[in-house]
Amino acid sequence: MSPVLSVSGVTKTYRSGQIALHEIDLAVEKGEIFALLGPNGAGKTTLISIICGLVSMSSGRVLVDGHDIVQEYRAARAMIGLVPQEIALDIFATVEDTVRYSRGLFGRHAAPGHIDRLLRDLSLWEKRRARVIELSGGMKRRVMIAKALSHEPDILFLDEPTAGVDVNLRRDMWEVVRRLRDRGVTIILTTHYIEEAEEMADRVGVIDRGRLILVEETAALMRKLGKRRLSIMMQKRIEAIPLALAGWPLRLEADGERLVYDFDANAPDTGIPRLLRDLGAAGIDYKDLETSRTSLEDIFVGLVEGRT
Amino acid sequence: MSGLNLRGMWAIYRTEMARTRRTVWQSVATPVITTVLYFIVFGGAIGSRMQQVGGVGYGAFIVPGLIMLTLLTQGISNASIAIYFPKFTRTIFELLSAPISSTEAVFAYIGAAATKSVLIGLIILATATLFVPIRIMHPGWMVAFLLLTAVSFGLFGFLVGIWAENFEQLAIIPSLVVTPLTFLGGAFYSIDMLPEPWRTISLFNPVVYLVSGFRWSFYGVGDVGVGVSLAFVVGIMVLCLALLWWIFRTGYRLKP
Ligand SMILES: Nc1ncnc2c1ncn2[C@@H]1O[C@H](COP(=O)(O)OP(=O)(O)O)[C@@H](O)[C@H]1O
Ligand SMILES: [Mg+2]
Repeated sequence: MSPVLSVSGVTKTYRSGQIALHEIDLAVEKGEIFALLGPNGAGKTTLISIICGLVSMSSGRVLVDGHDIVQEYRAARAMIGLVPQEIALDIFATVEDTVRYSRGLFGRHAAPGHIDRLLRDLSLWEKRRARVIELSGGMKRRVMIAKALSHEPDILFLDEPTAGVDVNLRRDMWEVVRRLRDRGVTIILTTHYIEEAEEMADRVGVIDRGRLILVEETAALMRKLGKRRLSIMMQKRIEAIPLALAGWPLRLEADGERLVYDFDANAPDTGIPRLLRDLGAAGIDYKDLETSRTSLEDIFVGLVEGRT
Repeated sequence: MSGLNLRGMWAIYRTEMARTRRTVWQSVATPVITTVLYFIVFGGAIGSRMQQVGGVGYGAFIVPGLIMLTLLTQGISNASIAIYFPKFTRTIFELLSAPISSTEAVFAYIGAAATKSVLIGLIILATATLFVPIRIMHPGWMVAFLLLTAVSFGLFGFLVGIWAENFEQLAIIPSLVVTPLTFLGGAFYSIDMLPEPWRTISLFNPVVYLVSGFRWSFYGVGDVGVGVSLAFVVGIMVLCLALLWWIFRTGYRLKP
C-alpha cells in the first residue's frame, strides 16, 4: 500500500533565520491515526502548515495521495481538512453560513444533509443560526472542526486539538475522530501530551527541535514502556560500580548514592534476585529498594534531553 | 477536481456580498449622505456663484468627480478590508489551504468589491439627479469607465490590504494619498481653471485622467483626451495585476 501522505526531505527556515525543520521524512498510511508528539516549538505546526499550504517549504517534497502539494495543489488540498491550533473565525457570520462557506471554498457542491449531520454530531445544531461571536470558546472550536470536515476530507489534521478544551468537547472530538477513522479517513494530530498520543494514535512520531527523532507503533512504544526501573539506595556512597558487577547494565546516580537497573517487567526472569545476590557478594550494602515504571514521559524527556 | 474552482469563487463572492449586506448602512448610506452634503456645499452654496464650466452647469459638472471620489475611496477601502481582515483574524488560513488559485480568489474578492463600488456609483448618480438634470452623452463609455475604475482600485485596495500590517497602515493610503489626489485631481473643477505651474503639476496626478475621462463620457468634454484617460485606467489595472502576480509568486506577506 502506498502511503496517503509522503513527506521527503522537507526543511524550513523562516525569514527570521529560525530553522524550524531539518530534513523531515515521514510516510503515513491511509486510515491511520498518527500523532506528532513534541514539546512546544518543536516544529509540529510548521510541518502541518507546510503540508496544508499555509507555509512554503524551503526544500523537499510532499505528496498527498500521490499529488505533489505544489504542482497539483488543487487535487492535494481538496483531500485535506485542517483544524489549526488557534481559533480563527469570521465572528459576524452565522455558524451554518461559515460551515457552508468552507464547503464551497473547497469546490464541493452544496450538501445540506451532510452539513446538518455535522452540526448535530458536533452539538452545534441548536446554535446553527447564532453568530459566531455569541459562542463560547468551546463552541467556537466545534465550529472550527465542522468547517474542516465540511468538504469530507480524506485526511484530517488536528493541531493540538485538546489544548484548553473541556472534557465534553474532548470526548465528542474523540468520538468524531473514531467514526472518521472507521470510514477510512486518515487523521494526523499534534500534541505535547503523551497520554493523548497513547490513547488515540496507531503510530507516534516524536519531533524535537525540527527533527523527527522516532516513529514507532504506539503498541511497540508502550511495550517499551513496560520497562520497570529498580533503584537501589546505597548505605554508603560508592565512587564507581565494582568490577564484580560489570556484567550488569547498571547506572550510578545521585552522586553515588543510588544504583539504577532497568528491567522488563513482563520477562520470565527479571534478574532481580541474582542482582541482589551479586550485590551482597560484592560487599555493597543498601538501605532501600524502589521500583518504578519508566513512563513514556521519561523516555520522551530522555529522547528530548539526551540530544544536545 | 481539476479546472476552475467556480464554487469556491462563488462562495467568496457571496460571503463578501453578505458582509456588505450586514453593514448596509455603512456601505451605502455613508456615501449617499456624503454626496448630498457635497451637493449642498459645492453645488448649492458655492455653485450658485459659479458660472458654467465648459458649457455645463456647475452642479452637473461636479457629479462625475463626486462619483469618482467615492469610487476610489470606497473601492480601496472595501477591497483592502476584504483581504486585511482575514489576515488580521487569521481566517486567511482557510483560503490558503483551499484548492483555489490566487487568481480565482482575487477575481472573487475584486468582483465583490467592484460590484459594491459600481452599485454605490449608481446610487450617487441617482441621488444627484434629484438635485440637477444630468445627461449622459456616452453611456457605454460611462459604464466602461465605471467598471474599469472599480476594478482597478479594487485591485489597488487589495494590494494595500496585503501590504498593511496594522489598521493605521490600512487607513493611511486612502486618507493621505487618494483623497488629496482626488481633491486636487479636478473632481470639483477643471484643471484649466488652475494657473501655471499648478496646471502642469496636476498632469502628474493620475486621478486627473480618471475624472477627465469619466466626465467626458457624461458631457463630451475633458481636461485631457479620452484615449489618454482610458490608457491611464488600464495602465493602473495592469500595474496592480503585475504587483499582485509578484506577491502571489513570492508569498510576500501572505505566507511565512
Ligand atoms: N512565522 C514564523 N516566523 C518565524 N519563526 C517561526 C514562525 N512560526 C514558528 N516559528 C518558529 O519555528 C519553530 C517551530 O514552531 P512551531 O512549528 O510553531 O512549533 P510547535 O507547533 O511544535 O510548537 C519555533 O522556534 C518557532 O518560534
Ligand atoms: Mg504548534
